[in-house]
Amino acid sequence: MDRECHYALVSQHLDKFTAKFQRQLLEQAQTYCAIFERSVDDFPESFHPLLDNLRKQYERATWREAVDLITQRLADCGAHIIPATSADYPDQLRQVGGAPCLLYIRGNIENLHLPQIAVVGSRRMTRGGGDNARTWSEYLAAGGFAVTSGLAHGVDGAAHSGALDGGGKTIAVMATGIDAIYPRAHLKLAEQIIDQDGTLVTEFEPRTKPLATNFPSRNRIISGLSLGVLVVEAALRSGSLITARYALEQNREVFAIPGSIHNPQSRGCHYLIKQGAHLVEKAEEIVDQLKGALSGLALDAIPINVQRPSAAAPLEPNLETDELKLLSLLGFEPADIDSLIADGLFSAAELSRLLVALEMKGLIESQNGRYQRLK
Amino acid sequence: MSLAVVNTRAKLGINAPLVSVEVHLSNGLPSFHMVGLPETAVKESKDRVRSAILNSHFDFPARRITVNLAPAELPKEGSRFDLAIAVAILAASGQVPRDHLDQYEFIGELALSGDTRGVDAVLPAALGCLHQGKQLIISRHNAEEAALVDGLEILPCTHLLDISGHLLKQTELSLWDSAQLESIKSAKQNNSRESDNQSQLNQVIGQHHAKRALEISASGGHNLLFYGPPGTGKTMLASRLPGILPPLNNQQALEVASIYSVAGKGVRQPIWARPFRAPHHTASSAALVGGGSSPRPGEISLAHQGVLFLDELPEFSRSVLEVLREPMESGEINISRVAAQVCYPANFQLIAAMNPCPCGYLGSQRCRCTPDQINRYRGKISGPLLDRIDLQVQVTPIENNQLLNQQQVNHKDQPKGESDRQIQQRICVARERQLKRQGKTNSQLSSEELKTICPLSSEQRHMMDHAITRFGLSTRGFYRVLRVARSIADLAGREQVISEDYQEALSYRIASEQQSTR
Repeated sequence: MDRECHYALVSQHLDKFTAKFQRQLLEQAQTYCAIFERSVDDFPESFHPLLDNLRKQYERATWREAVDLITQRLADCGAHIIPATSADYPDQLRQVGGAPCLLYIRGNIENLHLPQIAVVGSRRMTRGGGDNARTWSEYLAAGGFAVTSGLAHGVDGAAHSGALDGGGKTIAVMATGIDAIYPRAHLKLAEQIIDQDGTLVTEFEPRTKPLATNFPSRNRIISGLSLGVLVVEAALRSGSLITARYALEQNREVFAIPGSIHNPQSRGCHYLIKQGAHLVEKAEEIVDQLKGALSGLALDAIPINVQRPSAAAPLEPNLETDELKLLSLLGFEPADIDSLIADGLFSAAELSRLLVALEMKGLIESQNGRYQRLK
Repeated sequence: MSLAVVNTRAKLGINAPLVSVEVHLSNGLPSFHMVGLPETAVKESKDRVRSAILNSHFDFPARRITVNLAPAELPKEGSRFDLAIAVAILAASGQVPRDHLDQYEFIGELALSGDTRGVDAVLPAALGCLHQGKQLIISRHNAEEAALVDGLEILPCTHLLDISGHLLKQTELSLWDSAQLESIKSAKQNNSRESDNQSQLNQVIGQHHAKRALEISASGGHNLLFYGPPGTGKTMLASRLPGILPPLNNQQALEVASIYSVAGKGVRQPIWARPFRAPHHTASSAALVGGGSSPRPGEISLAHQGVLFLDELPEFSRSVLEVLREPMESGEINISRVAAQVCYPANFQLIAAMNPCPCGYLGSQRCRCTPDQINRYRGKISGPLLDRIDLQVQVTPIENNQLLNQQQVNHKDQPKGESDRQIQQRICVARERQLKRQGKTNSQLSSEELKTICPLSSEQRHMMDHAITRFGLSTRGFYRVLRVARSIADLAGREQVISEDYQEALSYRIASEQQSTR
């Protein structure tokens, strides 16, 4: 570990040296090395008491035990630290007010400098929401964007795995320590991200448990890292809306995919759209919107190469007449079997069969016993 | 010679082994000894017998009385030996003739006055008695139960004096009139069919998917899991199942009645109906499968040939649910205790109901359960148990307008949909078809048998392959679909299972199988 990293890590364990102070002091000193090594006289008078205190604390070495432990843990899981003063620290994030002073990272560091799109949404997504998160992420990742998300259940997980499927880069911003994957069910996904040249990143020190209070602040990193935030599905009170709010504060684009007015998981998206978020129906629209931002970033080295799909594929051609009839009966709103039977066209047995047939063809989905059209 | 032997029957599981009561009066100080592994209630019969004999104005022999209950190694419980002991003492002391005693078997408890009282487990005893070709002398209270056994000569009595009168050929006991019973039987049968319109399947509003699943479950004997928010009629649906199941045949009815008899529940009313048991979720494993130092039948045996309904399945403790696995497979339960090892039949059909998440309202805005909570809740039911439930059906809340529509229909007093009788007929046909083809119901088909009974054409194989990937079916889930498809085809009267049957069968699986949580 170089000296800069060392000082940065120690700084997190000194009394009264909050992130806010660190940012103020760094404005003067530029590097953590300077804080501890440069002559005090180079700093304005008002900083002297603080600097003296810091250096005294450093001499006393009360931090050593904690820092050694962290160093050991980082070595155990092959993680690194990036202080805010490092060139490796993503510029996107540095511009954000309240950016973390130190990032813990596993995997490919370069990814943080890629143009990123955050794909976030509900942990309790619908089938359609999951499909959207996956295919859109796949498209964006294949096009050269890194897909950033939170490694949570639901949309987050679908976004990561979609990006991996697309052979692209994905970044998981965690609300736990770098060596504490949460939820446990995503242990495998996290390994996969590392294996496929992706990145895990967090501002919390190793072994930090999943605490409710950490999640919102994690969300500010997600939006901070990205050019834009895509909200796939979100309820009205959800972490995804917090991410979107941070995105607005940080001057990022916010995209939302609309859904059924009856789907509680779409309410959040609709709320965002009412507040002025971009309504997007196709993944290409995101790329179009972000073009301006991209040119401003001078990211020539990274080829953004998204493909235009050909005109929408027509409905599955080989449908039985009964299947077509049922498809026309079904709306894009969820309907239960009983209300379909009430129409009197099919018996319960026929209906069960046809619904399965259509579901297997990917034309409808079932959610909690209700069916709705996808295409 | 002051020795008398009288036959009676003990109670061991649903068997009633023969016990001979030997009484010897010998010279010596007056005493009353009982040997042959009697338990407390049997020992107490000394006092009951003594008082009953005295109060019937007989002499209680003032001699050394030894009562032996043979075979000695068989544990004996209950008050069922009173009558036999009393008669044996009377015979040994020469107060009644002992010549014809071997024509009879005696079972019953005595009151101090000499009146006879009923005991439990009379039906197995009656069956055993019929095999021996003897006449059964029992209390009047048990006569009806014993009379379920066709061809048995039953002599009901109300008092010890009736028996002595009969043995002395003074006042003959009259045979139980079986014609009288037949009329009761048939009356009950009709009664059960025509009665309570309230509990018919077509009284359930909506839920056509679930009703159809019930029908398939009834025809193939499949276990069934209802899955949905509270107040959607899961319990109501489950309780309608016995009504559409084929009625019990004579042998089954007798078997079921025997279990009820052993459990001390007397005669079931009506005896032809399938039992329906719904134990509360606080039930212990012993309550469910049976137990006790001398094992008594549990809920699963009481549900033999019928329906065991477990509401709020995840609320049952896990260890209790796991004990169900073995009997679900074998159709019987072996209970081993120090005193006795007993095998009770337990060929039941499991109907279970559960909420989709701890709060019950998954999918609506009221639900605030986290994915982890939901997984934990569902994880309470083990995979092996779920694998034995062929049909897993999602039940959705009823829409308001349907409720109102149905009320209007009811107002016209004309419930729509088929009556239970119509459905039952269809199910009977489908069951016969299964029994003729494979000698058992479809739910009992093994994966090996399925290969020959439901051969997949190449097109169907392709379709199932697609379904396995699309819905994430496990191997066991795959065989479940085959079994259910076989039942659907049987209901429709098809010899071959067609693709449409497989498709419909695919719709009866739990939602969690559809969604990979990734």
